[in-house]
Amino acid sequence: MSLLHLAILLPFIAAVIVPFLFKGFRSIHTGWFVLLVPLALFIYFIQYMPVTSSGQTVSQTFEWIPSLGINFTAYVDGLGLLFALLITGIGSLVVLYSIYYLAKEKEALHNFYVYLLMFMGAMLGVVLSDNMIVLYMFWEFTSISSFLLIGYWYDKERSRYGAQKSMLITVFGGLSMLGGIVLLYIMSGTFSIRELIGMSGELMADPLFLFAMILILLGAFTKSAQFPFHVWLPDAMEAPTPVSAYLHSATMVKAGIYLVARMSPVFAESGLWLWLVAGFGIFTLFWGSFNAVKQTDLKGILAFSTVSQLGLIMSLLGLGAAALHFDTLDENMYMTATIAAVFHLINHATFKGSLFMMAGIVDHETGTRDIRKLGGLVNLMPITFTIAIIGSFSMAGLPPFNGFLSKEMFLTGMISVFELDLFNLNTWGILFPVLAWVASVFTFIYSIMLVFKTFLGKPQFDQLPKKPHEAPIGMLISPLILVTLVVVFGFFPNLLSNTMIKPAVEAILPSLPAAGQEVYVDIYFWHGFKPELFMTLGIILTGTLMYATLAKWQGIYNRIPERFTINGVYDRGLDGSESGSFKLNEFFMTGYMRSYLIYIFAFFVAILLSTLTVSDAFVIDTSNLAEIRIYEVVLAIVLIAGAITILFAKSRLTSIVLLGVVGYSVALFFVFFRAPDLALTQLVIETVSVALFLLCFYHLPEISRKEERMKFKMGNAVISILVGLTVTLIGIASFSNGQIFEFESISQYHIDNVYELAAGGNMVNVILVDFRGFDTLFEICVLGIAALGIYAMVNFRGVRREKR
Amino acid sequence: MEILMSIVVGILFMSAVYLILSKSLLRIIIGTGLLSHGAHLLLLTMSGLKTGAAPVLTDGVESYTDPLPQALVLTAIVISFGVTAFFLVLAYRTYQELGTDNMEEMKGNDSND
Repeated sequence: MSLLHLAILLPFIAAVIVPFLFKGFRSIHTGWFVLLVPLALFIYFIQYMPVTSSGQTVSQTFEWIPSLGINFTAYVDGLGLLFALLITGIGSLVVLYSIYYLAKEKEALHNFYVYLLMFMGAMLGVVLSDNMIVLYMFWEFTSISSFLLIGYWYDKERSRYGAQKSMLITVFGGLSMLGGIVLLYIMSGTFSIRELIGMSGELMADPLFLFAMILILLGAFTKSAQFPFHVWLPDAMEAPTPVSAYLHSATMVKAGIYLVARMSPVFAESGLWLWLVAGFGIFTLFWGSFNAVKQTDLKGILAFSTVSQLGLIMSLLGLGAAALHFDTLDENMYMTATIAAVFHLINHATFKGSLFMMAGIVDHETGTRDIRKLGGLVNLMPITFTIAIIGSFSMAGLPPFNGFLSKEMFLTGMISVFELDLFNLNTWGILFPVLAWVASVFTFIYSIMLVFKTFLGKPQFDQLPKKPHEAPIGMLISPLILVTLVVVFGFFPNLLSNTMIKPAVEAILPSLPAAGQEVYVDIYFWHGFKPELFMTLGIILTGTLMYATLAKWQGIYNRIPERFTINGVYDRGLDGSESGSFKLNEFFMTGYMRSYLIYIFAFFVAILLSTLTVSDAFVIDTSNLAEIRIYEVVLAIVLIAGAITILFAKSRLTSIVLLGVVGYSVALFFVFFRAPDLALTQLVIETVSVALFLLCFYHLPEISRKEERMKFKMGNAVISILVGLTVTLIGIASFSNGQIFEFESISQYHIDNVYELAAGGNMVNVILVDFRGFDTLFEICVLGIAALGIYAMVNFRGVRREKR
Repeated sequence: MEILMSIVVGILFMSAVYLILSKSLLRIIIGTGLLSHGAHLLLLTMSGLKTGAAPVLTDGVESYTDPLPQALVLTAIVISFGVTAFFLVLAYRTYQELGTDNMEEMKGNDSND
């Protein structure tokens, strides 16, 4: 257990302490204590930056279940560190923001911060684990904490709906991913990602490779809200805004991106990988931005925008895989795609984080997030307005912010698809730049909507639930820090180039830099009059035009009937599976005990008979049978006659007497079989039982036996005959097998040692009280419990009777 | 003898299952009683009924019947007595409370919590 492991586990440890801090220091907002955790971790992880930027990695192994190849290997490389810094950095800002967002008097803060810390630890575990099983474990932890955080205001119906939806979809993906991990293990015999990367060539040839890839991608796509799994993300916006900013835009939804980036070296040689990742990514980019425009809720716009931006990063990662098919680095323009993906990942966290916090501030200060009610807030909330305008313009891809730079690089990457003579990309590939351009237009429109509809336009303060004013300074600190970064990264992007981006890109495409070469990252504003510049100009022009005429074409959104939307399909699927399982349950859980008994007996017969036939176990061995004496035959006939007559007995007394006959016959058999103890016990107990039967049923009225229907009787008869037959066969077979195979019985041990070890002569008694003493002890316990139950039933009358 | 006993046990099981599947509570209890008798005999039969001396240490005797199944059956007899006694009282009280010993009528319906 190293310091690195402790760093990953620190949030979990802190989560245990938080409830006590909440109870102990009611006057101090619990968030202040919690803030220390991500802050300390951020400072700790910063120290790794020189290590990774010089191309080194750190790996610490803690053996967890070594026999199964599951070790908690913490592994820090450029990619992992980038995410760790995002998680702890944005985490600190979000916790700071939440201190002002959630009032300590009203909210269940201990729950909130426990979930949040749990998420933080889980996310660190995801990005810093080398072992895939450990990664999976942390992965599901993020799903669970996301579920809990979305349902934080659990008294709201929409919260519960959103929480369930996200849980169902992401856990479905998580389980698929587990399947993929297992397939990879079957192929390679290891859970370690680094070892898998080393074997990627051999894995490609395996027939299971394709399935493993698709299953792992399912995990990544559900987590990163790629089309058509994106439907959970907009509903996740019911979570408190700090959570939306943290989990559902900056970190958790990027776990899928992380997984794709991390697994790229394993899968990326395959052409299907490129098509799937880039294809789903680009369509998600388009679909998200297209749908964002129709939203009226600030957070709804941001949710769809997040979906779309995640698609953008995903498509870049997919295209980046094309770089693997070229040998030289110098002219490798596809490298740009991967660099742009990493760069945009950072940029998105900064501008989207600040925008979410802005939406939270507006919600907090005005009481609504509906852009139809908002407007004209610019004079009242100037600082928030500044945050909004910088964030949105960066998102729209306008200079001089960081979003412009990564958007330009994104366009460069998309245009380069044309020139790629690989996997038919030069024919269908045209769709990539086209969709990218259209999506960018919509991105521009909703970015503008976000600012203009909220802060400009006609003020309608009478419609607002609260009187708006500027937020407290504490709430503004975090978004201000983020927009500062937006501007700083916009002007000095190369601050990130060699410290963050280069090590991450090297981790995504480790095979690319040949010996002595290095990935060269240089990001600059002015590319000259290249196609991407004209594309950007086109986006701005078309976007402005379309924004101005928004009212005229907005009607197209209502064209899609509710039934055919993915949400409609999800809802009907959920309803259908609920009512379906209810019906199925109703079908066999009838409430009649007889039905359940029939299932048990039928199962008993089916399993035993089929095992007997399949394993060919039925044999009759007559070589060693005990001889049959005449009085034994007589007794057997008496016993059989007794047992069968009970079936036809009309009166209760007859049945009880006949049961007694059977019981005493059994006792006599015990005598014949040289079992004196059994015979004695059986005699005593049979006597007591018959007495008890008579005693109890003396009080009850005569059975009014209704004649049962023939069908009922026949069904019962068939089942009982089958059971009887099975038992007979089992009895004969097990006796015969015992004779044939001549198992050595453990009885001999007891016979030999009965005097030496237990100083007793009666073997049965010695076995009961010495060799198997505990069995007898528990048997006495069972009797005691039965006696207590009987005592209670006899002495305590039901309360219900007294009420009547 | 073992084959004969297996058939006897099969018939005991058959009657027991038929009784257990019927509607009357008393018949169900009698059925469980028969079922345990069957199980006890089955245990003894499976281990072989070759007769030696009763399993009590005696000078000069070399071969004993197997004591282990007997010990098992002894435990089972006592437990099944406990179960039968419990069932009986349960049936008795059920009848007192509900006024029926028919399983079909005892099935809860909506008006009856």
